[in-house]
Amino acid sequence: MSDAPQPLRIGAAIDGAGAHPAAWRVARAEPAELFTAGHYAELAREAERGALDFVTLDDSLALQDDTGQTVRGRLDALLTLTRIAPETTTVGLVPTVTTTHTEPFHVSKAVATLDHVSLGRAGWRVQVSTTEAESRHFGRRPVAERPRLWTEAAAVADVVGRLWDSWEDDAEIRDTATGRFVDTDRLHYVDFSGPGWSVRGPSITPRPPQGHPLVVVRADSEEAESAAAAVADVVLVAPTEHGAATALRARIRAAAERAGRDPAHVSVLADLRVLLAEDTATAFNRRDRLDSLAAPPVREAGLRFTGTPHDLAARILDWTGAVDGFTLYPAVLPDDLSAFVDGVVPLLRQAGALRPGSPTATLRGRFGLPRAGNRYARA
Amino acid sequence: MTTPRKQIRLAAHFPGVNNTTVWSDPASRSQIDFSSFVHLARTAERGGFDFFFLAEGLRLREHQGRIHDLDVVGRPDTLAVLAGLAAVTRHLGLAGTLSATYNEPYELARQLASLDHLSDGRAAWNVVTTSDAFTGENFRRGGYLDHADRYERAAAFVRAARGWWDSWSADALAGGRDRPTFVNEGGVRRFAQTDRFFAVEGESTVPRSPQGHPVVIQAGDSVQGRDFAAANADVIFSRHGGLEQGRDFYADVKGRLGGYGRSPEDLLIMPAATFVVAGTAAEAEERARHIRYQQVSGQTAIRSLEQVWGRDLSAYDPDGPLPDVEPDPGNTAISQGRAGRVKDPLAQVRAWRELAEAKKLSIRDLVVETTARQTFVGTPDGVAAQLDEHVQTKACDGFVLVPHLTPGGLDDFVDLVVPLLRERGVLRTEYTGATLRENLGLPAPR
Ligand SMILES: Cc1cc2nc3c(=O)[nH]c(=O)nc-3n(C[C@H](O)[C@H](O)[C@H](O)COP(=O)(O)O)c2cc1C
Repeated sequence: MSDAPQPLRIGAAIDGAGAHPAAWRVARAEPAELFTAGHYAELAREAERGALDFVTLDDSLALQDDTGQTVRGRLDALLTLTRIAPETTTVGLVPTVTTTHTEPFHVSKAVATLDHVSLGRAGWRVQVSTTEAESRHFGRRPVAERPRLWTEAAAVADVVGRLWDSWEDDAEIRDTATGRFVDTDRLHYVDFSGPGWSVRGPSITPRPPQGHPLVVVRADSEEAESAAAAVADVVLVAPTEHGAATALRARIRAAAERAGRDPAHVSVLADLRVLLAEDTATAFNRRDRLDSLAAPPVREAGLRFTGTPHDLAARILDWTGAVDGFTLYPAVLPDDLSAFVDGVVPLLRQAGALRPGSPTATLRGRFGLPRAGNRYARA
Repeated sequence: MTTPRKQIRLAAHFPGVNNTTVWSDPASRSQIDFSSFVHLARTAERGGFDFFFLAEGLRLREHQGRIHDLDVVGRPDTLAVLAGLAAVTRHLGLAGTLSATYNEPYELARQLASLDHLSDGRAAWNVVTTSDAFTGENFRRGGYLDHADRYERAAAFVRAARGWWDSWSADALAGGRDRPTFVNEGGVRRFAQTDRFFAVEGESTVPRSPQGHPVVIQAGDSVQGRDFAAANADVIFSRHGGLEQGRDFYADVKGRLGGYGRSPEDLLIMPAATFVVAGTAAEAEERARHIRYQQVSGQTAIRSLEQVWGRDLSAYDPDGPLPDVEPDPGNTAISQGRAGRVKDPLAQVRAWRELAEAKKLSIRDLVVETTARQTFVGTPDGVAAQLDEHVQTKACDGFVLVPHLTPGGLDDFVDLVVPLLRERGVLRTEYTGATLRENLGLPAPR
């Protein structure tokens, strides 16, 4: 990899009414609208207008706790982003998908299908289910400890990738001379053994356009961080200081290298919670009002910025080199996302921190990754 | 005054991974590119169809221990591709076949309710009961379910799904953002179910969806299957497309509904149907015959026979007479991953030999004759009249049309037959319901 600074990669979380717990009280969308496709399509198009690299949509197989004041309920994230894929053209689509109670076979073809429908813009954030509530929804297995869950999640990510590869790109031959539609030599059993389960393969879904849709892991525990080093193309972290961010990125890249991977192919993105206004005082007024509407009091991890687009751009430029980019958590949607697109993106572009020119076609391309090779293909 | 004629229900089956789908035709396109799904779905919507339909097979089919390579292979994830199609259609129902065996109720109920929200009330679920251990090898639990238990698990599964669909009250989010709490008091209830198959409990993450319950479809033919449908389903996808068999099936199934406190209109019967239309009846017959021979190549004919014989018959000439060897009825596993099996291979072989003898049929001719005949062949007018007759004379409530080409296989039907059905007053010219359930004329969920 050359020493020239890489462009920053920037994504946006488009969950609900925004990242602030009281966002729904001030957001334009009524509560019921948070469960419509139109809401998410509009937000993704807003991210696209700012040439952002991707949007994320979080998910969980448990209902949010009943704190009274916060948003409860969510739609399946992968289906939501697949639903809006035809209404967007360039932005990457990264739903959270859980691995603990779900079937690796279903997960693999679902992410592959998001990639087919979006013509190569799919990723997935690998997640585990740690709660009693999730376990009871399925009634199949007791809650497990984090180390076991993340060992399993890494195994799931592994077999999901194998299933993507189980069809070589040219497996479909449509050879009228021999009457064969597929070349069975180019379809592969994966015969994968995970902890307590196995998957035979091949997938029923042909290899996705990117080969391997982008694998994203949030390194929010030691165990998640090891899984990330083993399988993730993009690692999400939440440091609050420049020095800590630099060290964290170096640690993750070193672990990836020890796992036999090219560290240049692993991007580390910091969370960035943003609340913007034309002037600093107004921004803090907005913050105070939101905080006053939120109960219990707001506790947010990671970098948090309240202020003007100009100051945010400066802050982001300060962090260049510490991380490969950011995941934005706009406090209120679409307000703070739009303010970022209108006010911050042009400044970052002027500073040469963003990728020049028009976006590449695939999400992997946006992260400087080549189309994935196939482990089963003969040279 | 004339009573209005009964309306024909129509569904568009995306061409499946079997030899009904002709991939060797120059007009055949990708079965995986999203654009193919868009084409077929939009064509169906232009034709006033009720819903788009996807089948499911969770393992690539095998024949003699090798992946079956003569037919189209490969399909997308059902739920995800339907979610994508919700973006490019407005009224068309979106029906997915999803196994009650290789899914868990909480997750699938949540996905279907999500699809219902994302499509503004157009989701439908064809509950199938695959239980073969061959398919199970792709899943955590393996082939754990006995064939005898397949419908009991399915019934318990549907009960749990409905429990979660009902767990948010319709007004849980009413009142907007000025209320102090996001969900109204009592808006979400816990649901719990414990039985032989499940011990599940908790809260759904999905607010009540536009249809309340997505439309439930059933495909399966046994007595247990029919009872399951009578108790649980809104639509049956059947194999009985003929007039006589159709009437028997219709009377049988509709007769079961009373036993479950339901009326005959609460369950729609829609058999699979194939079709060929052309300018004259003779042309249509000629085209139909050409398509049948495209569907059944010599190799396909041999493999079809091998499924019944349970033996390798590759040494036989598909254009020659039927094999003289006796079948091996014990070897039903020669072909894996197909829905439906021959129940009595010896009787089947005997009947085929008599037929081949009487009509002087080669192997390929026989397979064409016995498996590939299209349901409706004729001029647009002739086909419209036949469809109408089936529906008006209680052979069915409509059809799941299975085109033989991806993605253009429905174009002729919609361009040529649909206008005639509309002239007859038996097919909508525009959608009047807000949801699939309303467009199908089905009652609100109980
Ligand atoms: C018209 C029709 C279509 C079917 N489609 C599927 C399918 O797409 N996927 C599947 O796994 N099973 C499918 N089945 C199989 C049934 O769900 C069921 O498992 C099978 O028919 C055995 O049940 P039975 O004994 O009641 O017939 C289909 C059955 C029928 C009659």
